Amino acid sequence: MKPPPFSYHDPKTVADAVKLLGTLDNAKLLAGGQSLMPMLNFRFVQPDHIIDINKVEGLSYIREKNGMLEIGAMTRQRELEFSDVIKARWPIMHEALLQVGHRQTRNRGTIGGSLCHLDPSAELVSLATGYDAIVSVAGPNGEREIPFAEFPVAYMTPSIEPNEMVTAVRFPQWAPKHGYAFVEFARRHGDFAITSAAVLLEGDAGGRITRASVTIGGMGTAPSRAREVEVAITGQVPAGTLFRDACESCRKLEAIDDIHAPASYRQHLAAVLSRRALEKAYARLTGKDVSAAKAH
Amino acid sequence: MGEKRKIALTVNGKRYEDQEVEVRVTLADFIRHQLGLTGTHLGCEHGVCGACTILFDGHSARSCLMLAVQADGHELLTVEGIAPSPDELHPLQQAFHENHGLQCGFCTPGMLTTLLEFLRDNPDPTEQEVRIAISGNLCRCTGYQNIVISALDAAKRLRGEGPLKPA
Repeated sequence: MKPPPFSYHDPKTVADAVKLLGTLDNAKLLAGGQSLMPMLNFRFVQPDHIIDINKVEGLSYIREKNGMLEIGAMTRQRELEFSDVIKARWPIMHEALLQVGHRQTRNRGTIGGSLCHLDPSAELVSLATGYDAIVSVAGPNGEREIPFAEFPVAYMTPSIEPNEMVTAVRFPQWAPKHGYAFVEFARRHGDFAITSAAVLLEGDAGGRITRASVTIGGMGTAPSRAREVEVAITGQVPAGTLFRDACESCRKLEAIDDIHAPASYRQHLAAVLSRRALEKAYARLTGKDVSAAKAH
Repeated sequence: MGEKRKIALTVNGKRYEDQEVEVRVTLADFIRHQLGLTGTHLGCEHGVCGACTILFDGHSARSCLMLAVQADGHELLTVEGIAPSPDELHPLQQAFHENHGLQCGFCTPGMLTTLLEFLRDNPDPTEQEVRIAISGNLCRCTGYQNIVISALDAAKRLRGEGPLKPA
């Protein structure tokens, strides 16, 4: 297999990359290549121009700024996985990254590439949804910011123009002591998840949940927040079948049928995985195991 | 023929200058066809099987998911560069040899390069960690059991503790 013929460009600056995007027809940005290269090998995409942004300076960094985690678009998943700052303050990202592909793909794959490819079961896309991340985009008229809730416009389609590129993404910080869990079901380790659940929790001294983010991935055209679950558990001290009952609403979420699983199976997984993620996150928040209510 | 570029790179310690490549050629095809290093195997050619794994600046990568032009100025290690000399196997290779860690041998180059990086990062892994490390490498002989044993044996040898089973 070989990619179709194309012209190759390797700009050194964001401005040059944006200029190329604005002047070349049928151009594709090449970031880590872990999604675009297979598509080129299969000729699912046939661009006339490849703009390789691996040499663009200043797009690879991890830093804390104004209480936010700011990550350059070309930061490799490997660097996120080994980041002490992320492990300490955004620990769900570390947990999720261990389930992103394999070492060989994380060594090359980038966060910007993953977000723009926008696979509905991608772990980093789920986290951006759960955190209400903010995406920075550069275009011919400068930079603009897109709240992640507005980033996916359709299946694998981000709301960026053909002459724009993602430069960074920012993740807000949750309380220093928060609960978190990223749980997914895949047939083999590293495969795309059939369904996943990402949970963030904050609570008070009495174990009452004061804030919750629950994101289900792999179901529809993009990961989505399980708002009914978030509302049902916020303000509650979990006991009995609270989590189990709240997560039943995930069975009503829209889900796709494909060769991997029927929609009904994904909806079942959404209810089960969100409950497991809540139990795990709550145990991390409070040290209390509330999964004993299984018998009910 | 499409657009071409000239690249220079180091592979297994050997410097290659003025290599003219078509820009659409994958790094895997370049390594095999242009450099003649056919130890790097191509299975799926879309990043699923792991057979074409090489070390790119010391980190494992799938050479079918990179363009040859992207290797300009970089340092690669392929399976041919693992052994210290033509007469001597690397402890990882020796462990595979002694533990029946390969049957047909097709997945072996990718297994070895993947494990070389893994054992460098994690010199004393558990069996479960080894299984996760090679989860991106398919063995269609399904010889995983002995590959895992080989990896654990290699880890022990590389720690200077000798083989799992004395000869």
